Amino acid sequence: MVAPAFEYVAAGSYDEAARLLADGGDEAKILAGGQSLMPMLNLRFSHPGLLIDINAADDREPFVTGSVLRLPALTRHRVLLEHDLVRRHCPLLAGAVRHVGNVRVRNRGTIGGSLAHADPTSEIGCSALAAGAQVAVRGPGGERTMPVADLFLSYWSTTLAESEIITDVLIPVAGPRQGWSFHEMVRRTSDFAIVAVAAMVELGEEADTIAATRVALAGVADRALLAGPGLLGGLTGVNGSMLGGVARAGGTGDGAGGAAGAAAAAIADSLEPVDDVHASADYRRRLVRVLVARALREAYADAAGRVG
Amino acid sequence: MTRRRLVLSVNGSDHEVWVLPSDTLLDVLHDELGLADVRYGCGEGVCGTCTVLLDGEPVNGCLTLAVQAAGRQVTTLRGLMGPGETLHPLQACFLRRGASQCGFCTPGMILTALDLVRRRGRPSREEIKYALVGNLCRCTGYTKILDAVEEYADRAADTPDGVPS
Repeated sequence: MVAPAFEYVAAGSYDEAARLLADGGDEAKILAGGQSLMPMLNLRFSHPGLLIDINAADDREPFVTGSVLRLPALTRHRVLLEHDLVRRHCPLLAGAVRHVGNVRVRNRGTIGGSLAHADPTSEIGCSALAAGAQVAVRGPGGERTMPVADLFLSYWSTTLAESEIITDVLIPVAGPRQGWSFHEMVRRTSDFAIVAVAAMVELGEEADTIAATRVALAGVADRALLAGPGLLGGLTGVNGSMLGGVARAGGTGDGAGGAAGAAAAAIADSLEPVDDVHASADYRRRLVRVLVARALREAYADAAGRVG
Repeated sequence: MTRRRLVLSVNGSDHEVWVLPSDTLLDVLHDELGLADVRYGCGEGVCGTCTVLLDGEPVNGCLTLAVQAAGRQVTTLRGLMGPGETLHPLQACFLRRGASQCGFCTPGMILTALDLVRRRGRPSREEIKYALVGNLCRCTGYTKILDAVEEYADRAADTPDGVPS
C-alpha cells in the first residue's frame, strides 16, 4: 500500500509545532518516530493533510532532576533500553521496551509518540502507568503536567487538546525498597501483546512486608489502565511468604494460590476484555490471573533482592 | 502536492531527486535510484526487507519519509561492497553457509546483523536471534542465517579492528 498524499513541515521547536498544529486544525498530525503513524498511513487508516515533523524540535538526553527521571518526548526506544539512567531509575521501563517492535522500530520510535498513540496493548503505556509516570504537555496556553493515567482516553485516543504536544515524560525515580516486574503474552516475539502486565511492589520497614503495590495492564480494555487500588488493598501489610508459590508443571498450572493469586483473580474478575481475532475475553482474563500473580511475586522478589 | 528537490547521500554519493512529501525513503531508493536491494515487503515495519542504515542505524525504509533522510548518510546493502562489487565478508559468510535462498530478505538480514556485530562484538546466538526477529525469511528456516552471522562474528572478534577480510 502507498500512503495518501500529504504536506510536510519540519518544526524547529515544540512551540513552533504547537502553533502549526493549531493552524492546521483537524488536518494536521504530529510525526515523531513514525513507527505507528506511518504504518497507519501506508494502510490508509489515517488521512492527515499535513504532517508536522518534530524530530528536529528537541535533542535533549534523559536526565534526573531531584527525584524525577525526565525523559524528553523524543527519547528513542533504543535509548530507553540501553541508557544508564533509565536502567537505574526505571528498570521496569528499560525491561518492558525489550518487548517493543524490532531493532528498526526501537531505533526510531519515541516514548512521547508511543504514549500519544495510546495503543491499548502498549508495553510502554503499561509500564509508564505502573511506574507512576506523568507527561508534560505544551500547548498554545502554556505547559501543564498530568498523570499518564489521565492521558489515555480510549482506543488510540487521548485527552490531549487539539494543539497540545507531549514534551517530556516524568518518572519518579525507583525507590530503594521498590521492586518491578513486566510480563506479557504474545503470539510471536515482537508482536503486539495479547495481555501485558507491569507490577511494582514496595516493601515496608520490615523488609519482608509489603507496604504498597501498583499493577498496570494492557490488552484488557480500550486503553492501558491501572488496577483499582481496592483490588490490591489485600496485599498491604502482607508478608512476602504469603504471596504463594510459583506455578509448577503438574500443579494448578496458573499459580493461583496465595495472596498474589487472590489479588490477580480479583483483578481478572473486575475486567471486561473484548473477544477478538487474537484471543477470547475468557483467555485474556486467564492471562491476567496468571501474569499478575507471576508479576507480583517477581516484583516482591526483586524488591527483597534490592533491600538485601 | 508539490515536489521538492532533495539531495540524498546514498552509499557515499549524492543524488539529486525530486520527491513528494509523502514519498517514503523506500520509494525513492527503489523506484527513483533503482536500488533493487531495498525492497517493499509489508509496509508496516514488520518484515525487514526495506532495511537501510540511516547514519549507521538500521531503520525501516517504508516508515521513513524521503525528506527525513536529507543531510544524512543512507547505506544499502550495495554500499557495503568493495571496489568492483567484491563481496562484503558477511555476504561471503552467507554464501558459504547457504544462508540465502530466494534472497529477498538477505539485504535486511545482513545490514541488521552487521549493526549488531559492530555494536556487540561477539553476540550470543540468542542475541543474534533477538536482533533478527524483525527480519522475516520464508526460505531458510533461519538456522543457516544464524550460522553465517556467528561465523562472521567469530572472525570479526579475531580481527584487531573488528573487520574481517
